[in-house]
Amino acid sequence: MKILVCISHVPDTTSKINFTEENTKFDSNGVQFVINPNDEFGLTRAMWFKEKQGAEVTVVNVGTSETEPTLRKALAIGADGAIRINTPATNSFSVAKQLANVAKDGAYDLIIAGRESIDYNGGMVPGMLAALIDANFVNNCINLDVEGSDAKATREIDGGKETVSTTLPLVIGGQKGLVEESDLRIPNMRGIMMARKKPLTVVEANETSKETTSISFEKPTPKGAVKLVASDNIDELVNLLHNEAKVI
Amino acid sequence: MKPDLFEAPDYYNLDELLTDEHKLVRDAAREWVKREVSPIIEEYAQKAEFPTQIINGLAEIGAFGPYIPMEYGGAGLDQISYGLIMQEIERGDSGVRSTASVQSSLVMYPIWKYGNEEQRQKYLPKLASGEWIGCFGLTEPDHGSNPGGMVTNFKDKGDHYLLNGAKMWISNAPFAQVAIVWAKDETGRIHGLIVERGMEGFTTPETHNKWSLRASATGELIFDNVKVPKENLLPNKSGLGAPLGCLDSARYGIAWGAIGAAMDCYDTALRYSKERMQFGKPIGQFQLQQKKLAEMITEITKAQLLTWRLGVLRNHGKATSAQISMAKRNNVDMAINIAREARQMLGGMGITGEYSIMRHSMNLESVITYEGTHDIHLLITGLDITGLNAFK
Ligand SMILES: Cc1cc2nc3c(=O)[nH]c(=O)nc-3n(C[C@H](O)[C@H](O)[C@H](O)COP(=O)(O)OP(=O)(O)OC[C@H]3O[C@@H](n4cnc5c(N)ncnc54)[C@H](O)[C@@H]3O)c2cc1C
Repeated sequence: MKILVCISHVPDTTSKINFTEENTKFDSNGVQFVINPNDEFGLTRAMWFKEKQGAEVTVVNVGTSETEPTLRKALAIGADGAIRINTPATNSFSVAKQLANVAKDGAYDLIIAGRESIDYNGGMVPGMLAALIDANFVNNCINLDVEGSDAKATREIDGGKETVSTTLPLVIGGQKGLVEESDLRIPNMRGIMMARKKPLTVVEANETSKETTSISFEKPTPKGAVKLVASDNIDELVNLLHNEAKVI
Repeated sequence: MKPDLFEAPDYYNLDELLTDEHKLVRDAAREWVKREVSPIIEEYAQKAEFPTQIINGLAEIGAFGPYIPMEYGGAGLDQISYGLIMQEIERGDSGVRSTASVQSSLVMYPIWKYGNEEQRQKYLPKLASGEWIGCFGLTEPDHGSNPGGMVTNFKDKGDHYLLNGAKMWISNAPFAQVAIVWAKDETGRIHGLIVERGMEGFTTPETHNKWSLRASATGELIFDNVKVPKENLLPNKSGLGAPLGCLDSARYGIAWGAIGAAMDCYDTALRYSKERMQFGKPIGQFQLQQKKLAEMITEITKAQLLTWRLGVLRNHGKATSAQISMAKRNNVDMAINIAREARQMLGGMGITGEYSIMRHSMNLESVITYEGTHDIHLLITGLDITGLNAFK
């Protein structure tokens, strides 16, 4: 089985988010980047397929050379090869189109993407990618097993789970549940040394049209301080809700 | 114990001085410490026990001889990577870092540099994988700062050496399989011998009741007519310079390690200062607390720059022993002061094991003493700049 894991390179969840150039650009100064958490769950599941079922795992990213440390980390964790599509990841549709080219060229059986990336939270790439390459698609995937060309996937639905059967080629939008946090791997020294010799192929983007362009970003207004009202002081609570918060 | 929320300070964007591989190695060690060391270390320090279950993980992240060539089981990394790994481990605990320092710089290093090919093949891979743990016996009951005065000695008995004497304050001694022991031959010259657990007459009683490095096991090495096979002598270097060469490597790692302990104390105090309210304000809003925090980050940043530069010099084989002494002395002193100030910023909470600061503070009392005391390193700098020897 040939697996392609789509990896996006996102700010660490503890990063302080700021914008520059009059709120049109993300300020990456001093920000630590990591493998998108949803993708990391997928990558870890892919490693399981590699170790238990002999799958071959390639990771792919659409991005500029700054994303290479993230791909190297995926190689150190155990992916066999990496591909970087050399163009900034600007909007979901163009990212999906770039990924589709690589996916078709490599004839992958299973493509594992994250349900969404935690930077711009578009959540559209996996579905678009599946449509572009005409593969089956399961989103919000929390469990995946593959036998030959048959796959059984469980996805999260409102208030429960649904298990579906489908066939390869398949694209999933993965998330926590594919594996648990405690299964996530820390690259070990041997992995880091081996990653030096693994291929990281850079391919040029063959189309960079932008269907949507960001105009500006805005941060949510910071939360104010919490006021505690004694549980027997209903009058004060009503007064505050009415006169200060103006919600009743 | 509180969850480990550590965020590493990098006030001068020093990450830009590191390669991608340095950062990968460091971040892996950092994640591993968060996952495997932070949750258990307080308990092991309280019960004064080394957590042997982490030995495997230490080997996996490359804490055992990262700069040893791959053919001997090492990772073949540079000196900055070694430093960064020590920094991250000591961010967790100086005792755990001590085990890694001893294994790398005081056991693997002399076998690699002063040993022959058979010795390298026999010991290094097992030490790199953590299957064997080693210790380093230089200090004696009556010879600490002055190791050249040692009395432990060996006599040539034809087909073996006969070793007698005692070493004290030896990290890892109680459970080490292998000891690098420094002893004088019949002419008074110092040599390194590889002594293995199980050799008759060799015992390693544990030193109890330490109030520092409690999660690291310390003990004595006692040699009562121990027959050491001749092939266990390290052939390629002798004299006091041989153990001192190992100490250079270990002290260099300690200079980085101390930054880790300091970062952890600073980060904890900074976070606490924004959360702890007194007189209706977060304590971080009071000038006295800001002075403490501002001075801490200034000192950490200076130490980071000093150590990074020392790493570059070491990568080129150009760092002198005196330069290493300066960094060890400066950084450990910086860390111990930050630990004390940070401890005060947490008030009573800083006294309990809920936070790591008091443990770091106590650990650093050993770190400022071993591998050359604070005073001794100052005298090394003094000798280097004046050419006048204060030891004699
Ligand atoms: C927890 C722990 C682990 C250790 N692990 C190891 C180990 O693994 N292997 C090993 O070999 N050793 C180890 N040591 C020993 C350590 O290296 C020695 O304790 C250290 O070198 C100091 O020696 P000492 O304790 O005999 O003190 P002393 O040498 O007696 O020093 C006492 C005081 O006198 C000062 N002093 C000494 N000489 C001078 C001078 N000429 N001028 C001015 N002041 C001076 C010192 O600075 C110090 O303040 C360890 C120690 C500790 C506490």
